[in-house]
Amino acid sequence: MEYILNILGPLLEGTVVTLQVFAATLVLAVPLGLALALVRVSRFRTASTAVSGYIWLMRGTPLMLQMLFIYFALPFVPYVGIRLPDFPAAIVAFVLNYAAYFAEIFRAGIQSIGRGQYEAGQVLGLSRAQTMRRIVLPQMIKRILPPMSNETITLVKDTSLIYVLAMNDLLRAARGIVQRDFTTMPFVVAAAFYLAMTLVLTWGFLRLEKKYAVYDE
Amino acid sequence: MIVARDLHKRFGDHEVLRGVSLTVGKGEVVAVIGPSGSGKSTLLRCLNHLETIDRGEVVIEGDTLVATDAAGHCRYVPEAEARRICRRMGMVFQHFNLFPHLTVLQNLIEAPITVKGLARDAIVPVADELLRKVGLFDKRDSYPSRLSGGQKQRVAIARALAMAPDIMLFDEPTSALDPELTGEVLRSMRELAEEHMTMLVVTHEMAFARDVSTRVIFMDGGDIVEAGEPAALFGNPSHPRTRAFLQRLS
Repeated sequence: MEYILNILGPLLEGTVVTLQVFAATLVLAVPLGLALALVRVSRFRTASTAVSGYIWLMRGTPLMLQMLFIYFALPFVPYVGIRLPDFPAAIVAFVLNYAAYFAEIFRAGIQSIGRGQYEAGQVLGLSRAQTMRRIVLPQMIKRILPPMSNETITLVKDTSLIYVLAMNDLLRAARGIVQRDFTTMPFVVAAAFYLAMTLVLTWGFLRLEKKYAVYDE
Repeated sequence: MIVARDLHKRFGDHEVLRGVSLTVGKGEVVAVIGPSGSGKSTLLRCLNHLETIDRGEVVIEGDTLVATDAAGHCRYVPEAEARRICRRMGMVFQHFNLFPHLTVLQNLIEAPITVKGLARDAIVPVADELLRKVGLFDKRDSYPSRLSGGQKQRVAIARALAMAPDIMLFDEPTSALDPELTGEVLRSMRELAEEHMTMLVVTHEMAFARDVSTRVIFMDGGDIVEAGEPAALFGNPSHPRTRAFLQRLS
């Protein structure tokens, strides 16, 4: 028990890094994903196709590769090349990657809303934008909660990938102690930390689902 | 007032409207009847821009929504203008299309607030009055899923009326309802007719067409076959196709 208390300090520091990456990604990738989804379902063919290509690229290559590319290779790309410190590089990679997944979830949600809802909006005089904002998107939220819950839980665990940039997230902190002390106990504690974080998320999403259960479709 | 001239509409190879012309005057209640696939619903949907026509002209309350020039180019007015013109027509759908995430009251006040910019305090009393009129004031804070089909359709009527339209379009408003629920919807429509609302009603309810409408239009094969006062059209149809249709029903 005393040992666990001893290693709690560095593990909590790692958890802070994990939570920072998680929160920054969520806050930035959700709006970006929504924007991508809206372009994807829009009437603008070229833009829509471009977004499809982007999503293909982001879902089709490993997140770790994207992160390594942004950190190590981006500085050498002509004209656009910039050198990002490790944390911003990780966030950029996570946001670009997760926005693609979120975009597909949003697109599925938007396209699951029936044509009758758009027509009802139109005959009441709502513009396309107003129909989207006031009628379609609010209904989309209820439908995408389960897949969004999935994706955010995955994100918590994916944050462990930032170890490749030598950042001390929860898992890397635990591994460091394991290698130092020759005991697997830090892994068990780290697992408990991850479980606690996903428990909070699961609970939060269940609350949201309950909130949206006030209406049926 | 609605003026439609020479409307043509095709879906792929299928010509749904073959040059339909129609005028609906102020205060008229026009029933459109005819077999399935005759183009009745498409005609209605072309009038308020839910479908785009291939050729012809639609004028709503003196404003041209779409016109076709001598060269045959069919042109709509810009989108915002089209919205403004079509706003004068309320529409009731076969499948209600209520907004499930909004309560009954919110369904009614959404468009007046968002589209017309009315203050909530200004439109809520109007909405309450409309709900009383269709007998659903006690459901004002319910979500649509809690309502029966007949109640949903009456909310849909009230929602359309909340935008204070000059004309009401009904697209088979009772076709999705159990027979015992059609009566309450038809009653609301009848009351609306008695207030001299201009109405264009696509319907399979022959009793409604006969008793409430001022004029009946029989459509078949994408065109108007016969039109006239209900007594004349039902009592003494002049066209053999009208006769055949009415005979099949009775």
